[in-house]
Amino acid sequence: MSTMTLSMDKAGAALSAPAGVGGEGSPRSVAAGRNPAGRDEEHPPVAPLRLGPRARAALLTVIASLTGLAGLVAIWWAVAHQVDNFPGPITTWQAAMALFAEPFYDNGPNDKGIGWNLLYSLQRVGLGFGLAALIGIPAGFAIGRFEFMRGATDPVISLLRPVSPLAWLPIGLLVFRDADLAAIWVIFICSIWPMIINTAAGVRAVPQDYMNVARVLALSEWKVITKILFPAVLPHILTGVRLAVGTAWLVIVAAEMLTGGIGIGFWVWDEWNNLSVEHILIAIIVIGIVGLLLEVSLLWIARRFSHGQSA
Amino acid sequence: MNSNQPLVKVQGVGMSFATGNGLFVALDGVDLDIHKGQFVTLIGHSGCGKSTLLNLIAGLSLPTSGICLCNGREIPGPGPERAVVFQNHSLLPWMTCFENVYLAVERVFAGSESRAKLKERTREALEMVHMGHACDKYPGEISGGMKQRVGIARAFAMEPQILLMDEPFGALDALTRASLQDELMGVMDKTGATVVMVTHDVDEAVLLSDRVVMLTNGPAATIGEILEVQLARPRDRLQLAHDAAYAEYRAAIMEFLYSKQLRKAA
Repeated sequence: MSTMTLSMDKAGAALSAPAGVGGEGSPRSVAAGRNPAGRDEEHPPVAPLRLGPRARAALLTVIASLTGLAGLVAIWWAVAHQVDNFPGPITTWQAAMALFAEPFYDNGPNDKGIGWNLLYSLQRVGLGFGLAALIGIPAGFAIGRFEFMRGATDPVISLLRPVSPLAWLPIGLLVFRDADLAAIWVIFICSIWPMIINTAAGVRAVPQDYMNVARVLALSEWKVITKILFPAVLPHILTGVRLAVGTAWLVIVAAEMLTGGIGIGFWVWDEWNNLSVEHILIAIIVIGIVGLLLEVSLLWIARRFSHGQSA
Repeated sequence: MNSNQPLVKVQGVGMSFATGNGLFVALDGVDLDIHKGQFVTLIGHSGCGKSTLLNLIAGLSLPTSGICLCNGREIPGPGPERAVVFQNHSLLPWMTCFENVYLAVERVFAGSESRAKLKERTREALEMVHMGHACDKYPGEISGGMKQRVGIARAFAMEPQILLMDEPFGALDALTRASLQDELMGVMDKTGATVVMVTHDVDEAVLLSDRVVMLTNGPAATIGEILEVQLARPRDRLQLAHDAAYAEYRAAIMEFLYSKQLRKAA
């Protein structure tokens, strides 16, 4: 019996089968008469590569991601090889090292480090998006709650939503007579729609059961909003916020290219005028990373407030 | 108030809904008196309008003809004096069990009682259904039977004049259902509450009820028969299993549901 178990273990190790798969319930381990988990503890050095199904899946994901990124770098390298003045990954990496050695230098209004430019852009996004949230979320509540409001705003939203936010830039310049405010205005316009629409949809999707509880308790409108509607709608609001921030981050780069000043969009344009293409490539990667971080952190917040509801 | 006056009076009530294919008449000519302290069940085949009738008493919907009275006054809409236990418990998932019950207690008693007293009421209600240990748990963290217990605690904590239960144990397994039925009977004996409960479970109806109201099949359902269950309380399900009267009551309902109404439906 014991020799049989041993040989079984070796076979398992050679195949590096996950403990859960060749383990419980399979005739093999019944014949061996041992707990597969116990077996693992007894012979850890024999099977150093043995992984649970979860760890395996995680490892596979990591390998897949790395393969994809490597593919991107390969394409980049190939393109750089073909096109004149197109910096390859290594040149760009060296430029990035130099750039990030001093991200916050300040040589006057038109020559600031990339860190300053990023912060200015984030500030514009924050302001424009914040104002849009302040107006868009309550508006979404009203539209979701009152049929008349919905009827009144539906045509307006349907008409204005498909308009590129940059089309609003001249209006912003005209009204505010300030490039910085005009950029914030563009961010405001592009981030308000997803918040209105998702909040309103969330309010309409509140389960009738919750509203019946409110009706039976005869709760005041204030209690209905704070204790039932707001928590029930919060996951939808956060979806709207996530979409809005994503769009805002897309639009700010284009807006700043047009308005100038300090900001990552202007920085990209400025580097194009300087013909330092490697800086443009760095900016693309940095913009991508910042966008990804915004998305991930908002997803994390959304998961915290979803209470098992689907968001 | 005249002690003979029923707590709830349903008079000539009809209910129809507008559908794609015209008007659907769910209830027609329903008359029912519910007296204080009674446990009344509404039983019938699914779709016969038992929940519709319960919603009318709750005030969640208003009848298209006839009138529903509570304490001699027309029921204008839902209110905490007619508490509802919903089939799917309807606890708010972002509040703990305690907060869910407290929301109801606060609504009813906040005007007249201190905060400490409100909290005490909430705890008492949860302990009454043996859920004192789960005060700080969220609904997502407890079983279906426990959720329904908290739902019942929430309704009782409001000290309603009448408790309306819409198939409260319908979604539970047989064993959990039995223990909740026993618990409900215990609470009833303690509080003397008036209850209207929708069910499609014949044993549940006989075990719990003073009166079993049997509804005919829809459309245009109405009350077919009313059975007065005169079994002594407290009732014990094991003893009743061998009780001749119990068997007779049970047979009477079965006869109505499966002989008279099934033929009509077919």
